[in-house]
Amino acid sequence: MRRTMLFMPGSKPGNLLNGDVYGADSIIIDLEDAVALAEKDSARILTKHAMRTFHYDCELIVRINSLTTPFWQDDLDMIIPEKPDVIMPTKVYTAEDIRTIDAYITKIEEAHGMPVGGVKLIPLLETAASIENAYEIAKASPRMAGLYLGAADLSLDMKGTRTREGYDIAYARSRLVIAARTAGIDALDTPFTWDIHDNDGLAAETRMVKNMGFNGKACIYPGQVETVNEIFAPTKERYEWALAIVKGAAEAEAQGKGVVAVNGELVDGPVIITAKNTVAEYERIHGVHC
Amino acid sequence: MIIKHTASAGTVTKNDCQVTVAPGTEGIEVELQSIVKHQFGDQMIQAARSMAEEMGVTAAKIKIEDKGSLDYVIRARTETALLRAAKEAEA
Amino acid sequence: MKGKLVASIEEVIRLCGLKDGMTVSFHHHLRDGDQVLPMVMAKIQEMGFHDITVSASSIHGSHGCLADMIREKVVTGIDTNFIHKCVGQTISDGYLEKPAIFRTHGNRPHALATGEAHIDIAFIAASAADCQGNMNGVDGPSAFGPMGYAFADAQYADKVVVITDYLADYPLTPISIDERYVDYVVKVDSIGDTSGIASGITTISKDPLGLKIAKTAVEVFQNSGYFEDGFIFQTGGGRTSLATTKFLKEAMDRQGVHGACILGGINGLFVDLLEGGYFDKIVDTQCFDLRAVESLKKDVRHQEISCGHYADMCAKSCVAAHLTTVMLGATEIDTDFNVNIHTDSNGIIMGGSGGHTDIAHGAKLTVIVTPLLRQRRAAVLDKVGTKSTLGDSVDVLVTQRGIAVNPRHEGLRERLEAAGMPVKDIHELRAMARELTGEPKPVEFTDRVVAEVHGYDGRINDYIYQLKR
Repeated sequence: MRRTMLFMPGSKPGNLLNGDVYGADSIIIDLEDAVALAEKDSARILTKHAMRTFHYDCELIVRINSLTTPFWQDDLDMIIPEKPDVIMPTKVYTAEDIRTIDAYITKIEEAHGMPVGGVKLIPLLETAASIENAYEIAKASPRMAGLYLGAADLSLDMKGTRTREGYDIAYARSRLVIAARTAGIDALDTPFTWDIHDNDGLAAETRMVKNMGFNGKACIYPGQVETVNEIFAPTKERYEWALAIVKGAAEAEAQGKGVVAVNGELVDGPVIITAKNTVAEYERIHGVHC
Repeated sequence: MIIKHTASAGTVTKNDCQVTVAPGTEGIEVELQSIVKHQFGDQMIQAARSMAEEMGVTAAKIKIEDKGSLDYVIRARTETALLRAAKEAEA
Repeated sequence: MKGKLVASIEEVIRLCGLKDGMTVSFHHHLRDGDQVLPMVMAKIQEMGFHDITVSASSIHGSHGCLADMIREKVVTGIDTNFIHKCVGQTISDGYLEKPAIFRTHGNRPHALATGEAHIDIAFIAASAADCQGNMNGVDGPSAFGPMGYAFADAQYADKVVVITDYLADYPLTPISIDERYVDYVVKVDSIGDTSGIASGITTISKDPLGLKIAKTAVEVFQNSGYFEDGFIFQTGGGRTSLATTKFLKEAMDRQGVHGACILGGINGLFVDLLEGGYFDKIVDTQCFDLRAVESLKKDVRHQEISCGHYADMCAKSCVAAHLTTVMLGATEIDTDFNVNIHTDSNGIIMGGSGGHTDIAHGAKLTVIVTPLLRQRRAAVLDKVGTKSTLGDSVDVLVTQRGIAVNPRHEGLRERLEAAGMPVKDIHELRAMARELTGEPKPVEFTDRVVAEVHGYDGRINDYIYQLKR
């Protein structure tokens, strides 16, 4: 479950201490854009010591510098032995890029006696090529856990302009979510950056991408987490609807009936699966109530 | 590890500290400035010293300018400063 | 009409018959902008007096001159509810001859009424006065709001001097404190810097951690069983305490709950809640910004009260005793829920109870909001440095990593747990903080008492000792 992934700079001790208290499903410690060139070493080392000190209550993702820089190997050499849940590669272009990183991580895992493949990958798709290659990238490694859209850099690469309505990235979003769904991994949306205090704008954009099929959305400010979490979480009404269907389907199956009617609604295969997913998701967030 | 020149890491901002290391003649000397020096000074000095020892440093002068940092920050800033100070100066 | 006008501070000091060993008093409504205490005390020093006790409702950042006067024995006693670090350091270092007396906002007027504390001459800053001494705090260029802290001084001091920079025709209206109590009136060029009056925090914090804690504190209130129509509310002046107003407003919108009254310590954020129809009344003993002063002046729903009416827990009743909930900060809190707001982690005096102790006692639900640690200093400890507000007045502690409920408050923990709130044992929160900071080496003191800390009922809660050099 990755409804929210909250960014925090790997260079700020205060942020690293409290990153997990805002309720995000994942936190992303950033070694890339949030860190100045001259401080790449200090942020990487601070992140290492933070990972040894804190037991974060959520999934931990580390965003590393891109293959086009001299830093990505140093990042992995230092971070992988600390057992992050996920590595987030940046400026990915092709499936080959993923395989390069995968192979490098495997070497480190083997050298440290770690289970190979334990560390997952969620690359940032933020180049035109990566959108074009989205499906191949999604299938490039068994480590792949999701595709994450990076709108700011994508816009740059496209020689386009970001718009608040998101027309400029409509195709990229669609392409990414289809690729992720086809590969059976998460589709994760770019953060809402227009005004970090505009929770209404954030909510509208989040509802739209949820409807498109995205699993979650990155957050660049702790105050965004709750809004996004709420939208991606099933409501109590939806949960009750799903429970009724799951129960109805079980009864029908026991009686050997093929078609089920629940509260007058005729349900079949895909609806039952959706209902089961909804029940599981709701109970993961709220605990089991019944 | 040989400390070749003076280098520092970290910042003088809340929750952080700035660690400056310089070549020393004998042993590891640690100097600390902190508003919580009385309560936590010994632990903070030990955090820097043990980091340097783990890295095989035998002689260095370490100065910590602290703004309320936790041990993990002191260790990280010390490690970074020592690595920077052990690098050949760029021409 | 000449009335009670006297030409200068010097002359009025002479007329009042000030002698070595006497007690003079001041209020702190001008907060960090106050020029009256420094002006009068400088004159007292210049005239060669010694062994003076300063009774001030609070000693603020603008009162640093007292530090030198303490060293020179011009001032040998302090009786107050709060001491800023600029003077606190000097007292902790042992320069004040007699132990400082810390009272609470509510207990100071009570002690004056019973004679436990006595004022020889009260110097009362008023932003407007007439020649007979009728005064208020809402007119004139240095308007600061209600005169809450000055009522008791006017009533119980032997001599009362009004100091103003705005002389109005007789009779001044509205009148906060009237001429019956006043001996002399002095007109000066300026009583204070109005920008310093707004020295408190008056906007909603943007600090995500503080907001997270504030939001949780409001959820505690919502699920406590006390969140219902007609509640009476107050917050402390800290950033996180004030941020609770933002989430309270949202909760009131969502659940359609309407409040009766806000008590304070008032700033523009509270005026917004009154004007937005969230609360019916504001009952106000001091203003923190000029928007609050404006509101007090024009809105009849915004009522000035004396400090005794605000929080004297020994009176037949007071407004603070009717509080539903308060959201308050803490420098330190211990595993018995005792709160320290007097001394910092180095044992140096830098604050005081103010109204904290009174309203914590008065409210049905007292919520303490604080991060688990501030930089390397843990806020949750085994033992606080100074017991300012006793643990039996505190119901809930809210931190970013969970909340702790005082077991003395029966049934509350169960209600909060049933609502899915992250309830932990306070020792667990203490352990989390300790794991991060390490165990501090205790501060070293001598056995000489430099201050007595009195509670809402006047009893001594704790002593503060001189620092070891």
